[in-house]
Amino acid sequence: MKKPFAITLDPGSSLANHTGSWRTVRPVYVDRLPPCNDACPSGENIQGWLFHAESGDYEKAWRLLTEANPLPACMGRVCYHPCETACNRAQLDECVGVNAIERFIGDEALKHGWKFTPPAKSTGMRVLVVGAGPSGLSAAYQLARVGHTVTIREAGPLAGGMMRFGIPKYRLPREVLDAEIARIVTLGVSIELNSKVDDVLAAKREGHFDAVFLAVGAHIAKRAYLPAGSAGRMLDAVEVLRSMEGEERPLLGRRVVVYGGGNTALDVARTARRLGAEESVIVYRRTREKMPAHDAELEEALQEGVLVKWLSTIREAGESSITVEKMMLDEKGMAQPTGEFETLAADSVVLALGQDVDLSLLEGVPGLEIDGGVVKVDANMMTGHPGIFAGGDMVPGERTVTVGIGHGKLAARNIDAWLRGETWTHPPRPELASFDKLNTWYYSDAPKAQRPVLDMVRRQSTFEEVVGGFDPATAQFEARRCLSCGNCFECDNCYGVCPDNAVIKLGAGNRYAFNYDYCKGCGLCVSECPCGAIRTQPEEI
Amino acid sequence: MSYQPIRFYQTGTFTVGNRLLPEAQRSVQSGRERTNSLNSGHRACQGCGEALGARYAIDAAMAATNRQLVAANATGCLEVFSTPYPETSWQIPWIHSLFGNAAAVGTGIAAALRVQGKRDVRVVAQGGDGGTTDIGFGCLSGMFERNDDVLYICYDNEAYMNTGVQRSSATPPAARTNTTMPVGESTGARFGQGKNLPLIAMAHEIPYVATATVAELRDLEAKVRRAMEFRGARYIHVLVPCPLGWGHGSAETIKMARLAQETALFPVFEAEHGEVTNVSKLRRQLPVEDYLKPQSRFAHLFKPPGHADLIARIQALADRNVQRFGLVDAAEDAQ
Amino acid sequence: MLKQVEGSAAVAEAIALCRPQVICAYPISPQTHIVEALGRRVDAGELAPCEFINVESEFAAMSVAIGASATGARAYTATASQGLLFMAEAVYNAAGLGLPIVMTVANRAIGAPINIWNDHTDALSQRDCGWLQLFAEDNQEALDLHIQAFRLAEELSLPVMVCMDGFILTHAYERVDMPTQAQVDSYLPPYEPRQVLDPADPVSIGAMVGPEAFMEVRYLAHAKQQQALELIPAWADEFRRVFGRPSGGLVHEYRTSDADVIVVALGSVLGTIKDTVDMMRDEGLKIGVLGITCFRPWPAAAVRNSLQQAKRVVVLEKSLAVGMGGIVGNNVSASFSGSPDRVHTVIAGLGGRSITRGSLRRVFEQALADSLEPLTFLDLDRALVDRVLERERVQRRSGPIAEGILKDLGVVAAKLG
Repeated sequence: MKKPFAITLDPGSSLANHTGSWRTVRPVYVDRLPPCNDACPSGENIQGWLFHAESGDYEKAWRLLTEANPLPACMGRVCYHPCETACNRAQLDECVGVNAIERFIGDEALKHGWKFTPPAKSTGMRVLVVGAGPSGLSAAYQLARVGHTVTIREAGPLAGGMMRFGIPKYRLPREVLDAEIARIVTLGVSIELNSKVDDVLAAKREGHFDAVFLAVGAHIAKRAYLPAGSAGRMLDAVEVLRSMEGEERPLLGRRVVVYGGGNTALDVARTARRLGAEESVIVYRRTREKMPAHDAELEEALQEGVLVKWLSTIREAGESSITVEKMMLDEKGMAQPTGEFETLAADSVVLALGQDVDLSLLEGVPGLEIDGGVVKVDANMMTGHPGIFAGGDMVPGERTVTVGIGHGKLAARNIDAWLRGETWTHPPRPELASFDKLNTWYYSDAPKAQRPVLDMVRRQSTFEEVVGGFDPATAQFEARRCLSCGNCFECDNCYGVCPDNAVIKLGAGNRYAFNYDYCKGCGLCVSECPCGAIRTQPEEI
Repeated sequence: MSYQPIRFYQTGTFTVGNRLLPEAQRSVQSGRERTNSLNSGHRACQGCGEALGARYAIDAAMAATNRQLVAANATGCLEVFSTPYPETSWQIPWIHSLFGNAAAVGTGIAAALRVQGKRDVRVVAQGGDGGTTDIGFGCLSGMFERNDDVLYICYDNEAYMNTGVQRSSATPPAARTNTTMPVGESTGARFGQGKNLPLIAMAHEIPYVATATVAELRDLEAKVRRAMEFRGARYIHVLVPCPLGWGHGSAETIKMARLAQETALFPVFEAEHGEVTNVSKLRRQLPVEDYLKPQSRFAHLFKPPGHADLIARIQALADRNVQRFGLVDAAEDAQ
Repeated sequence: MLKQVEGSAAVAEAIALCRPQVICAYPISPQTHIVEALGRRVDAGELAPCEFINVESEFAAMSVAIGASATGARAYTATASQGLLFMAEAVYNAAGLGLPIVMTVANRAIGAPINIWNDHTDALSQRDCGWLQLFAEDNQEALDLHIQAFRLAEELSLPVMVCMDGFILTHAYERVDMPTQAQVDSYLPPYEPRQVLDPADPVSIGAMVGPEAFMEVRYLAHAKQQQALELIPAWADEFRRVFGRPSGGLVHEYRTSDADVIVVALGSVLGTIKDTVDMMRDEGLKIGVLGITCFRPWPAAAVRNSLQQAKRVVVLEKSLAVGMGGIVGNNVSASFSGSPDRVHTVIAGLGGRSITRGSLRRVFEQALADSLEPLTFLDLDRALVDRVLERERVQRRSGPIAEGILKDLGVVAAKLG
């Protein structure tokens, strides 16, 4: 075509005009830290594995999840999910049901028999892990993955620690626990049961171990002085829950009083109901708001008919009754006696006042410090004795399974580095993807999916699992409620909203790149990114 | 809705794309194969709503017609920033003739194609609100009335922006422009003036009329696609905020369009043969202040002592839209 | 084939033979009969394929033609007077875009005061718009020029205006020789656009051109019209070969050899002038005629050549550049390198005022006698205008001129009683 000069132009010739020179600020893609990941004591990349779950690739999700936590089927049942508390979606409608999805993924893994990827080669290093609870299992798993030879020595007859001897079956079915432990064993971790370590240095020396991770837990029940006249049945919670794992069921009687306000107290009270107690009463000295137990568990206990005597302390335990004193909270929130007394019928009293650590194996270890009944560790989880690390309930911190798993992972990283003569440092934490970074308009309204719950009759008479799992459709729906805070989930918004076509779509899984030749720096991509994965920064001159 | 909202997907309905959607349900803009009808290197201001709206609409039209499209463009920002000699940003056959004749040029193109037997090549005419509601109105009405086979797209930024922000018949009441300055007794553009072109288009009983905004891409694309299913005159009125003329940040263009819709000041609907057939319900109706406050063209309404009376009148206009178009369901929809 | 038909019908038939593909019609007298006739042919299926579009204004008519032409269709429209002014913006635009649209202008005066009768002020108002402007002397030339116009337009990629006097030609029944379809087809090949809106080969037509290239764009438009000056006679020659009669070209000389006075004019008035000149020649007076067929581009060389030996040139024109004088006269003057004072302008026939042989003879004789004023208004009622002017000198705000004249004629006064 003989085109008229200047009036008629060839298509797309404006590409010669690099409008990027107009820019004073430039957008850059970032990965911010999602609040769920930030809150997870195990350091799971929750947003990351949800991303795979959203597309139904549960194996990929499971592989990413288990980089931090080898026990998702267990944790999907017993974790108190601080991730959900932190979830940004809670400010929109309701938090994402991370815990339930984790359980679904964990169960899928067991159903399909997915195995951990064995290490490429052995390092030749030997690590002794003392205790087969969540922390010990976690550390052993992490160490084995990087090629260390790991032996767990467990004092008890079965692995699992408090997951087995502290958490009732109706919350964590034992076949699930067994299967997840077995998978760690399959990876190459050897577990020696009924093998109590009495002297850690001797055990290290005799077993030619290069490092030790201590995770013996806290299994000794705290006692309280109770004047017990002709003392009826007085038991401790650890003992009751532990005996549930044996042949002999504990005899608690028709009317059971549980003393304490933690999750263990609830577990015992709920166990008592299932064992046939007509009355299962928790006596707690403060109020519901002050109770350390998780509210969800309290709610389930109350549904099952557990009673709670708030603002009460036991003054005396008799043959078939106890005397409680009413308390009141002072202005500091501390419980103070009132001098008012009451008598309650009780066939047995179970004390659930917390647990102490058995530290006998640490006697004579040079440099190792003990403070307040727990072992002091540095930021790298190492005790004062080089090469001996510790975690879980035996070190300071919150005593939950999730924290234990996190300790195990963190200790393993440090042990691995220490074995190589290095010091592990935590990678820099990205900026938090707080709610204000999101453009929530883009998220469809979607209520949180609820897990099925066992019917009440069976909850009061059997040890069947109370809370059910998601079906696949529900799991996927719930996963897709994730806002993907701070991390690109390839929604194409930046690619779409750029008036200058200055965003290059790199294809599935590869995200996007900016074409700074044309980007004018308007910032539309930043404000329209639903998940806050783009930031503007001043243009360098 | 002309498209099915994708339920229970993370963001399926609202974002440009979604990796979880089947290919067929994805937006044109999410595709790497989109035309980029209006290519990089154009000279629109940062965050230009019109540049965005034009690419959204024309890419959608290209997809709907299997790339058999010709466009006529009125004089205005879109024309000036896209085709300054020696460079054009258009990747489609495109002609600019005059300010007020885009619809008629479109008619001519359609007539030529018909006589050439090129039934598969479709015609779009486009312009800003000035070129549509004012100077181009005669040609547009003629095109409508003859039911010529042209899709006319108006990119409405509510004033003459190219000439430096003067009032058009699409300028909303109380808005400050350089010809409706809130000085002396004046409070910006007058109430009781202005044209509602979508309703006027409907009065021509043409096959298809729709409104849309740059804030809801999938809706806009669905409407362009729907428009291309008809033969005859069709009209789509797209709200395209203008950072320069409205006085908001360049990053807030889409947000402003969204607020215009969610405050009910800009009802989003479809009509066929003169009857409203679909209405985009408000997700959450917002007070008009939410929309007015971030824009400096309405800043005088909020300067002490304020103009609560005028804001109330604007709210009344929004409420009338809610009533008139049924923008809010009486009972909570299960949607 | 010889036919006795109305001028509009003859032109319509010739246009139909040119196979236009898009015709835009908006009614304005005196062009209506042309588009009516074309519309009937399209509706009857005699002219096919062709889209006949009843538009809502002349502005739309030209705009639709622009769209159609840019899409590769042979586009035609017709207008007159106010209509031409109403489409003026698009008229310029079509030329600027280089679109070979053909338009008939049935010449008519421009108001106010509104007047439907013939003069040339409409077409001449658009003399700088970039179109070629051809003026027909009679209906035969009108239909011939339309055939040539399509060929010219498409060869040059420029729009062409064929001007024919309203009523005098459009509504006059004359004998014409109507060519056959085969003849037209052999002269006018199918339209091959220089640029076209085509999805297979997209371009952007109508760019904004700034100071860096605008002069060049304008110069090229001028240069192209200059090229047309060479091509127009060539195509007129070819026309003569195909159709067997001379038609078109730049200028027509009539009895100019040895003429002391040459009268220059456009359009149908040339017939009356030639009759007058014949009479005067019979009496031995040395007078001739130069008819301008192509007003744009202005054939300066041809005009200069034709007028070289004349002692006096009388430009008789149906147009007035108010405040200045003659438009054609000015163009003629500019064609000489020296002595512009031998060019006399006679403004005649405005608003359809009859131009009689007697009146013409009077001014021609004055020219021969060297007593003609540089600017003359033929048959002006001098007494009347003097009275109005006198009154206005006394009373500055004397109301509209038209009303003043009517008042003087006693019409308004009579009505007011």
